[in-house]
This record gives sequence, structure tokens and C-alpha cells, in this order.
Amino acid sequence: MLAALLVMSAISIALGAVLGYSAIKFRVEGNPLAEKIDAILPQTQCGQCGYPGCKPYAEAIAEGSADINLCPPGGEEGIQKLADLLGVEFKPFGAGAEPKPKAVAFIDENTCIGCTLCLQACPVDAIAGAAKQMHTIIASECTGCELCIAPCPVDCISMEPLKESISTWKREYPIYALKPVHQEKSSGPSE
Amino acid sequence: MRKLFKFHGGVHPPTNKTQSNDKPIAPVALPSKLVIPLHQHVGNCAKPAVEVGQHVFKGQIIGTPEGRLSSAVHASTSGTIAAIDMQQVAHPSGLPDLCITLIPDLKDEWIPREQRDWRAMSHTELRHLLRDAGVVGLGGAVFPSDMKLYSSQHKITTLVLNAAECEPWITCDDLLMRERAADILQGAEVMRELLYANEILIGIEDNKPEAIAAMRAAVVAGKHERIEVVAVPTLYPGGGAKQLIRVLTGIEVAAGVRSTDMGVQCFNVGTAYGAWRAIAHGEPLLSRIVTVTGNVGKPQNFEVPFGMPIDELVAQAGLLPDTTGYIMGGPMMGFRLPSTQVGVIKATNCIIAMSDALFPPAPPALPCIRCTRCAEACPADLQPQELYWFSKAKNFGKAQEYHLFDCIECGACSYVCPSHIPLVQYFQFAKSEIHMREHDKQAADRARERHDYREYRIEREKQEKAERLAAKEKAALAAKPVEPPVVATNPDAAPENTAQMKIQAAIDHAREQAAAVKPKNTENLSAEQLAEIAEIEARRARIREIAKSDVEPPKE
Repeated sequence: MLAALLVMSAISIALGAVLGYSAIKFRVEGNPLAEKIDAILPQTQCGQCGYPGCKPYAEAIAEGSADINLCPPGGEEGIQKLADLLGVEFKPFGAGAEPKPKAVAFIDENTCIGCTLCLQACPVDAIAGAAKQMHTIIASECTGCELCIAPCPVDCISMEPLKESISTWKREYPIYALKPVHQEKSSGPSE
Repeated sequence: MRKLFKFHGGVHPPTNKTQSNDKPIAPVALPSKLVIPLHQHVGNCAKPAVEVGQHVFKGQIIGTPEGRLSSAVHASTSGTIAAIDMQQVAHPSGLPDLCITLIPDLKDEWIPREQRDWRAMSHTELRHLLRDAGVVGLGGAVFPSDMKLYSSQHKITTLVLNAAECEPWITCDDLLMRERAADILQGAEVMRELLYANEILIGIEDNKPEAIAAMRAAVVAGKHERIEVVAVPTLYPGGGAKQLIRVLTGIEVAAGVRSTDMGVQCFNVGTAYGAWRAIAHGEPLLSRIVTVTGNVGKPQNFEVPFGMPIDELVAQAGLLPDTTGYIMGGPMMGFRLPSTQVGVIKATNCIIAMSDALFPPAPPALPCIRCTRCAEACPADLQPQELYWFSKAKNFGKAQEYHLFDCIECGACSYVCPSHIPLVQYFQFAKSEIHMREHDKQAADRARERHDYREYRIEREKQEKAERLAAKEKAALAAKPVEPPVVATNPDAAPENTAQMKIQAAIDHAREQAAAVKPKNTENLSAEQLAEIAEIEARRARIREIAKSDVEPPKE
């Protein structure tokens, strides 16, 4: 009887020690789910979801306090990926939140007064400039978040839709137009 | 007799080479204008080096190479630069790219050409010369040749010259070898020297006996050593670099491995010829042999300057009226040109005029019956029926697992498909979609990094500001100790007294300031305004009097 008690308690102490040790040793920093969600988000950092960046939104989704259809730059494909990851139903965009074509900001350098307000607004530091110096967009780094447009006091920033060029050209999905079937033949079952 | 090897699959489409290979290479009459794209090679676009209105000589650089992987672009003839702008180019997208328009003056005046002895030149000099001469791979990939002629990292033992020309209709390499074999071999010798390679193997498909004979005769006549002209069996796509290397050497170049890692480097014969003209004759790459065939009256090979519009070129071969379009390249891997105005580029090896009789429209695609004939034909040992399935369903991860990127887009699978499914188009779609997604992913990662760094920077700046302020205060405190003794000697230095003193000092200061500030509108006043002021002052005095008299009564 006593031997059995001792053996059982020894086992439980040993297992408890192992669990306690691994809880410290293999501790996961941060929320792994939020990181996975963050990897799907387009990193526009535009705040259209109502959160101050992609990461806070990812954390909110992971917590369950935010919907998955709040990210217009991610497109429907982004929602689909989030739905797949989280095992929930696909949800279409709400009214007024449809994705826009990709664009980059453009500063009209004749109008720019060098106030640095857009520099402070840019979430990815994609505007080069200094006080009383002309500013310009680093187009390759611009995410098209539009956050620089509102602060500009002289309205010199506009969004230029990205034009398709040979380097960004994508081959289309092969689609073959069906030929209209002649009237007299159409009585039979269609192809 | 050399032992040859086999690659998997392959097809035998009708070769259609006899239409154009029975006539010698013909020169072309200079066109009314040349539209020369600045991006005719793999790598960075060349930078325009001329201005609109400038006169240029034949062979003058009009686009300088930009960055490490780039190549120069030259004026194909003498004339005047008419425009530097975006124009449609020979690309399946039909999108515009930066082009230089040159109006020939028909004098064809060369820049001074320097004939050099390559044996006296250093390897670096030779590579620079090739880069500035715009020599790129003329087999179709247009990869800058100078970048392929390094051998520092790998020991190259074999240089393969690709003259298989396996695509139907095309005969430009065939004619080049028949007519200019000696120059090709000289170019190959330079390449061998640059690569420190031992032997040179020239692979020619056995449906070109004249070319094989001409090359063999040139090897003997030029007393070349360790160069072998090998007739390889005619089997499409035997001219693919990996397939030809396999046939000639037995080396299987695995996925993700370069042939240079296996000791083999491969060049097209046209490239060897171009390199030789550049080195020994000082002639940069200005023209190439182009087969014009298909629905034309006189199918033939032409020596065409780059930038020559397709319609003017085809007109010289006698265009037939029922032509429906043009293919650049062969019928298996070529693409339909977006317009007849685009210029011939370094990748243009063949122009096929299409007609409904020669190229009937493809019958509608039927469902895949999984007969696996495509897998039997695939020279890359892939499973096209699976790749088709995944590409069609846009299941790109799975397509990559089935080695989509090992597909060389040769079209053998589409050729044998009994359901006429355009398999290669699906693979091209999937590849370009995957590339675009990877590009987007990289952009997102970069944006995340930049955003995180910005957050970090703002936090750091805040902290630094706080530290600076703290340090300032500390310094102020440290500077003060002179004062406390003064305060200590003061007899009424009790805390409440000092506070009172401070308040008093502040009041005095405010009073002084108020005294210092004068009303700003007391000068240059009109009589009217003065009268008004006097009246207001009088009223104020009266109010003061009334206030005094009002306050007084309660005292009584």
C-alpha cells in the first residue's frame, strides 16, 4: 500500500517537474496565431480596418474581437485565406469597403511646401524629404495606404493607379470563347 | 563514333524546314524606320545614351548597359534619332516599352571599327568588350553572354554549342552554319579560352546534313582541335539546353542545378558568331539571321537589322494576302505578335506568317481523360496531367510540389493531347501567378519590416528626448550649487519666505512687463479719434467717481 503511494507520488512529482521545466524552456513568445494572421495581411498599414496597423488587427482577429472582412487591400483572396486559417465561413466585404485597384501616392512637387506632415503620417517611411525641402514618394516602398493625403495642407498628394508594364504583366487564365451554336442545331442538347 | 544518350519523351512534329533552307541568306533593304527597344536582354534595361534629333553612326551605342546584368544597345544603321518613347514591342503582352526610333539616312556609315587580336587581350577586357558590343544569347533566352563566360566558381570541362534547331519552320542556325562556319568556330575558340574548357561539342540535329558537313569541313580547314561536330537524332525538343547536354554528354542537369555546376556551359551558334564579329571585327551585335516563312511567297532567311518593323520585313519575302497574323519564334514555343509594327529584336529567330490553311484554329478543348500521353511526351519528366489539374484549380502550392518550375514550356504535351487542351498556357498562367504572389509577399514583408522599424524609431526618439530632458535638468541642478550659499546667508531664508519672495518677484516682473508694453494704436490719430478717446476717458473717470461714492455710503 505504502509502496504504491510512494511510486504514484514519485511519478507525479517527476512528471510535474518535466511539465514545469518545459513550460519555462519551450515558452512561446507572442501569439503564434496572430503572427500567422499577420503573415496573410497585406501590410499596407492603412488602418482601414479600424486598427492602427496590420499587427493590431491580426491580434484582434486572433482574440476574436474583429471580423475577417475588414481588410480591403487584402482583397477577397485575403478573406478566403483568413477563413481557411481560422476555420470559419467566408464573409464578403461590407458596403463601401470594396478593394480598390493598387495605387501609389504621387506628390506634385510644384505645390509641395515641405511641411513634413506627410512624412509623419507615412507608416512605412516611404516619403523622402525634410522641413522646407521638397518631398517625394519612394514609389517602390509605397503601400498605397492613402494616409498621407489627409494631413497635406496644400492637397498636393494624389493616388496614381499602378499601370501594367512588361515586368508586372501577368498571363491570363486560359479562357476560350464559346462559338455560338447555329439556330437549327440548338434544338439538341448543348455541348 | 560518339556514344549518344537519350532524354525522356519528345515528339516529332512536321519539320517544315525545306521551305526556307534552300535559299542563301539575303540582305534586306533598309526600312523607313527602325524601332529599337532598349530592353532586348535579360537583366536591367539599357539607359538611353542619345538625344532626339542626334545623328548616329552604324554601331554607335544608343543604350548603355545599366548595372551588372545588362547589355548595350546600338544603332543598327546610320541615321537620325526621331524619338525616345514607349512603343509596342515584340512581347506576348502587347504592352509598350522604352524604344528608340531611328530614321536611317541610307548611307550606312560605320563608326571606326577596331580589329583586335583576342589572344593579346585579358579575359576581363574580352568580357567588357562583349558587354559593350551587346552580345547576348541568340537562341531565344537573350541572356548577356559576358555573364555566362566566367569560370571562377566552377570548373567547366565541356562547351556545348547548340545548333540543334529543333523547332519546326526555323532554319536560321542551319543557314548560318552553312555560310559562316569558320567564324562560328573562331567565336567558340574565344569562349573556350574564357571558360578554360577542354572540349567543344557542337550538337546539330541530323535533319541538317549540309550544316553538319559545312561545320566538319570548317573544323578541318581551321585546324581546330578538340572540337567535335555531333549529329544528334531529330526529336523535339532536342534543342533545349538541358536536353542537348543530356544527349551529348549523358549528364542529367537536375532541378535547381545549373549546367555549369556539372562542368558544362551551353551557347547558341549565333551567339558564337556574334561574339567573334564583335571581337575580331569590332562590329557590335546589330543584326541577326531571321527566318521569314509560312504564308509568304518566298520563304527565306534574311540578315535583319534590329528594330526593323515586321511588316516591312515580311513584305520583302512576298506577303500573301490571306495572312491572319504572325508568330515570332516557332509554332511550338513562339507567340503571336501583338502588331505588325513592332521591331525585330535580338530574340527574333523566326517570323511565321499564319494563314487558316497552315495554322487552322485549335479545336475546342475537351475534358482531360487522363490518358497520360502528355507525361510520356514530357522531356522534363513531369506529370502534365497533374500540373494541369492543379493549375486549372489555381492550387498553386500543389502545382509547385509537382515541380511546375521544371517545365520548359516546350509544348510537347499540348501537341500530343488528344483533348486539345492548351496545357502550356495553363502552366504559363500558373507560373506567372506564382511569381506575382511571391513578389507581393516580398513587398508585404518589406513593408512590415519598415513599419516595425518606424515604430521602433519613434519609440527610441521618445526615449532619447526624455533622456535629454532629464540630463538637462540634472545639468541645471548641477550648475545651481553656487546659489544655495547665497540663500543660506540670507537671514529670512525660511522656506515660506523664499516662496513669498518668489511670488513677489513674479508680480514685480509682470508689472514691469505691463509697463513696458504700450498700446500700439496711439500714434497718428485723427482729431475725431482723439475726441472719441477723450470722451471714453471722461466716461471712465465718471464711473470711477460713481463707484467711489457708491462704496462709501455703507461705511458711514
